[in-house]
Amino acid sequence: MPYYESIFIARQDIPSTQVEALTSQFADIVKANGGEVKKTEQWGLRNLAYRIRKNKKGHYVMFNLDAPATAVAEMERNMRLHEDILRFLTVKVDELEEGPSVMMRRDEREERGDRPSRGPRSDRAPRDSAAE
Amino acid sequence: MSIQETSNTSSFEDKRRSGNGGKRRPSGGAGAGAGAGGRFFGRRKSCPFSGADAPKIDYKDVRLLSRFVSERGKIVPSRITAVSGKKQRELTRAIKRARFLALLPYVNDRAGV
Repeated sequence: MPYYESIFIARQDIPSTQVEALTSQFADIVKANGGEVKKTEQWGLRNLAYRIRKNKKGHYVMFNLDAPATAVAEMERNMRLHEDILRFLTVKVDELEEGPSVMMRRDEREERGDRPSRGPRSDRAPRDSAAE
Repeated sequence: MSIQETSNTSSFEDKRRSGNGGKRRPSGGAGAGAGAGGRFFGRRKSCPFSGADAPKIDYKDVRLLSRFVSERGKIVPSRITAVSGKKQRELTRAIKRARFLALLPYVNDRAGV
């Protein structure tokens, strides 16, 4: 079955428990249609580079999927209708990335006191700003 | 290397704006773009994505991608960064995906310049 990476951004107002509920809801949809969720990652509440529907921050969640196209289409259809989800993007990949993705690894390295993220280029907040 | 690229990209945008007095003669040969770019190629770096131990172009890797984006948020042309053609296309695709996911801005007005 083809591999996909799927990321969605949830509104900043909803609590993180609800984000996890959403995550498992979509995972169930994928499983119900014959797919498998290989990895789930919560990137937490991040600053968006620009405002989306008046939100400046969003909860990012990433899935690694091994699923048929129908399962992915069904999941995307639900994401499109859900009002708490601002954006989603599903990308077909040749192989799934093992271990934590770049986002999670970057957090480790920065916590050790490495060179901080370069301010002028992008509008990112420091990683530590999790709660509102 | 990153700081060097910053100054290069800003001077690149400045040159374009000011019209590049020295080199820009209407000699009827190459277009304006090639005239400005030809000057920069003295360094002749190799593509940062080819060769062993090269980083993989990933749309989620904001830090890597932001090195190839100017201060205003524009994608830097490969004649400045010396990225190969194929990798530049992948890079562009990754940057556009990152922009869609609000990991990178489309325009960076708050750069404060």
